Amino acid sequence: MSAATVTATASDARIPLRGHLRHTGALIRRNLLWIRQDPESMFDALLMPVVFTLLFVYVFGGSIGLALGGGQDGYVQYVIPGMIAMMSMTLSQGVGTGFSQDFNSGVMDRFRSLPIGRGSVLFAKITVELLRMLFATTVLMIVAVLVGFHIHHWGGLLAAVGLSAVFASSIMWVFLTLGVILKNAQSVQAMGFLVLFPLQFGSSIFAPTNSMPGWLQTFTDYNPLSTLADAARGLMVGGPVAHDLWVTLGWSVAITAIAAPYAIHKFRTKS
Amino acid sequence: MTRIDKNSSGGENAVTVRGMVKHYGETKALDGVDLDVREGTVMGVLGPNGAGKTTLVRILSTLLSPDAGQATVAGYDVLRQPRQLRRVIGLTGQYASVDEKLPGWENLYMIGRLLDLPRKDARARADELLERFSLTDAAKRPASTYSGGMRRRLDLAASMIGRPQVLFLDEPTTGLDPRTRNEVWDEVKAMVGDGVTVLLTTQYMEEAEQLASELTVVDRGKVIAGGGIEELKAKVGGRTLRVRPADPVQLRPLAAALDELGITGLATTTVDADSGTVLVPVLSDEQLTAVVSAVTARGITLSSITTELPSLDEVFLSLTGHRAGAPQDTVPADTREEVAV
Repeated sequence: MSAATVTATASDARIPLRGHLRHTGALIRRNLLWIRQDPESMFDALLMPVVFTLLFVYVFGGSIGLALGGGQDGYVQYVIPGMIAMMSMTLSQGVGTGFSQDFNSGVMDRFRSLPIGRGSVLFAKITVELLRMLFATTVLMIVAVLVGFHIHHWGGLLAAVGLSAVFASSIMWVFLTLGVILKNAQSVQAMGFLVLFPLQFGSSIFAPTNSMPGWLQTFTDYNPLSTLADAARGLMVGGPVAHDLWVTLGWSVAITAIAAPYAIHKFRTKS
Repeated sequence: MTRIDKNSSGGENAVTVRGMVKHYGETKALDGVDLDVREGTVMGVLGPNGAGKTTLVRILSTLLSPDAGQATVAGYDVLRQPRQLRRVIGLTGQYASVDEKLPGWENLYMIGRLLDLPRKDARARADELLERFSLTDAAKRPASTYSGGMRRRLDLAASMIGRPQVLFLDEPTTGLDPRTRNEVWDEVKAMVGDGVTVLLTTQYMEEAEQLASELTVVDRGKVIAGGGIEELKAKVGGRTLRVRPADPVQLRPLAAALDELGITGLATTTVDADSGTVLVPVLSDEQLTAVVSAVTARGITLSSITTELPSLDEVFLSLTGHRAGAPQDTVPADTREEVAV
């Protein structure tokens, strides 16, 4: 190899932005093809909003609604914005398990031996999972309207979905990290549940927190899922929004700032 | 630009490894490995499981960082120029694989795009390679439905998309049946014909003989022998002739006749009564001819005569005095003396 060609290829070491977009695009296409090959992988995004909405509205809706003072219909207005917050968390897990599978199947070694930015693989996964989340949210809103949810203004609904997506993309970095450091997809899922359950139920998603013991209320007040649910509620149904909105965005930025560089670092150095 | 070494013959080294060390806790996967692969040649790295072959390939393809030592591939330093290096290598291995859920064509197209081929070129390259590796009919099926041989061919096609200068094949035929293995060998030979430099790891002497021009034998993270294939084969005792008399009664007379020839390679003439054959180690074609004439002179009718390459175990026994992967002290001293080269 002559010195000239070496210099020419050496200058290619930095990947231009267009290159990153091309790589991310190719990987997004890959993840979308997965769904086409295996439509069952969409079952969770399709069924979870249906099952959870029906369960909560018809099992707990009556009694919690009574306490709220609005009956079952009042509870529908309360819980649907919370469900958007819940699903953003639950579906985020998919990035971790999917990532873990890629490592174990060896396809990740192929990617890592190619001249692409490490971030492309991560961004592609996050993008596809956000698309899945939008699909699930659409299903949720259809079910919600069927059980009696009133969409007051579309702008508020879109803002609530957008906020959930922002928060979800920050949480996905945490699950990506789990996907990189844990041995297999089952461990990622088990660990995910341990993280998810206390956060989801120890929040204002399903019920108002004012009847909870003081120490738990302190937890729920700081729980980003509470602020996300309350912000979504404010945006979709009405009521104060600003404080919860800013706290949720603050959490999103903080989680991303810590988890994203860590995930990329772990991904780079994993052997 | 780091260039460690030039080969004495004037051809440049496509791969140069110096003092490569990688430890996993107490296990020394690589314990000071040196290796040179000349451009356009096929280097076979022969060793048992756990010898460090895969660790070496993973370091050379930038998937793993060494604890010590340095290496260049196609002139690029594995540690300092990983991105440039990735552009000129292809990798097919036990680990790096295709996406099982994607159809064959989609796998190749995706890799083409990841290697910055324009859409049109990536499509054309995918079609071309599927054709070349006889996978056109299976182009639209998910790779998970492929047979073992088809999978390996798709792996090979995937590693050829970027027209690599150096190709790493990590145990390309492990787990394949003999017929499929031959298919993969043919493909690899065709790729070598295109001028690619290949570093091949294998557990089989036969595979190394089929594909490689030079051989490096590794054991427990160390290079224990290296050189041309013929040179090493001579060193480890060449081939073994397996001679079967048509009439089993003639087994003993046959053995006696061959024993009289006084051929002593790695071992002496032995009778394998279970299979009704006599085993004769031969080092040269002349010795093979002598065996045939001796049999003819005695008027013994043969039903078959086959040549066998030494197994990995025999290679190791003759090179190191111990079985592949086994600790040295498990072989009694007298055995070692007997097989010393």
